[in-house]
Amino acid sequence: MFDLTGKRALVTGASGGIGGAIARALHGAGATVGLSGTRTEPLEALAAELGERAHVLPCNLSDPDAVDALPKAAVEAMGGLDILVNNAGITRDQVFMRMSDEDWQTVLDVNLTATMRLCRGAIRGMMKARWGRIVNISSIVGATGNPGQANYAASKAGMVGMTKSIAYEVASRGITANCVAPGFIATAMTEKLTDDQKGKINAQIPAARMGTPEEIAAAVLYLAAPEAGYVTGATLHVNGGMAMLG
Amino acid sequence: MSDVADRVKKIVVEHLGVEEDKVTESASFIDDLGADSLDTVELVMAFEEEFGIEIPDDAAETIQTFGDAVKFISEAS
Repeated sequence: MFDLTGKRALVTGASGGIGGAIARALHGAGATVGLSGTRTEPLEALAAELGERAHVLPCNLSDPDAVDALPKAAVEAMGGLDILVNNAGITRDQVFMRMSDEDWQTVLDVNLTATMRLCRGAIRGMMKARWGRIVNISSIVGATGNPGQANYAASKAGMVGMTKSIAYEVASRGITANCVAPGFIATAMTEKLTDDQKGKINAQIPAARMGTPEEIAAAVLYLAAPEAGYVTGATLHVNGGMAMLG
Repeated sequence: MSDVADRVKKIVVEHLGVEEDKVTESASFIDDLGADSLDTVELVMAFEEEFGIEIPDDAAETIQTFGDAVKFISEAS
């Protein structure tokens, strides 16, 4: 099932827990993967682990020129770009009343504007190929809100609206655009939480545990696969039942 | 008819699936030839490829008819 042989996928934030798992899953299904991120070292390590069909494509997503250059670099390295996974994201949490313009703008720039630019850069080739998959990693927070994360939640909700609009425009060309919205996922970030904090989080989750990066990657793999060709403009919530959204 | 016009016409006919005689000088891609806005973007992409030129977005928006396309491409290439 889910054979991506011959497909070329670009994954941003591939140096992180979720991005790395996504890259592994796509690669495991036969895709060639472009691993993007700001830190080259973990990308090189992942590329070495994957072996063949893995390319390191460093990019600072807060630099608009670098973002515009990334899809081109991906096409050059892999010979094309069939699957785009916008996974990279940052947080600058702050109580809303104290949120600076800079905290707002930085998060919007990286999470939403860079995603827009990458989608725009990738779609041209997908239109010609009459096949493409865009999977944008949103967040449960984009649907529910979260105290201290007005900027992050806005960026993730904005991503959903943008993805739906793109899905409308390119559906007739064999291109789908969807979001995956993770809930609490166990990564290096959540490892820093105390047992007490983890207990409180788990108490809010019907599945009574955090999700794994692999469980997010599986959702991305499905949406990237030929089998999901009739799924577009959707948001797939992967959150252990924490918020049961449509 | 010039070589450019022939090549542009071929792209338009193939892409929009219209009869060749409908592709007249003043034929509007959207109003007369049934293109939607995405088709016009794809036409511009096809012109760029065929003629090895770059058509910037602001120029692309001025290309409304077959005649506009031939004129622009003739001047650009």
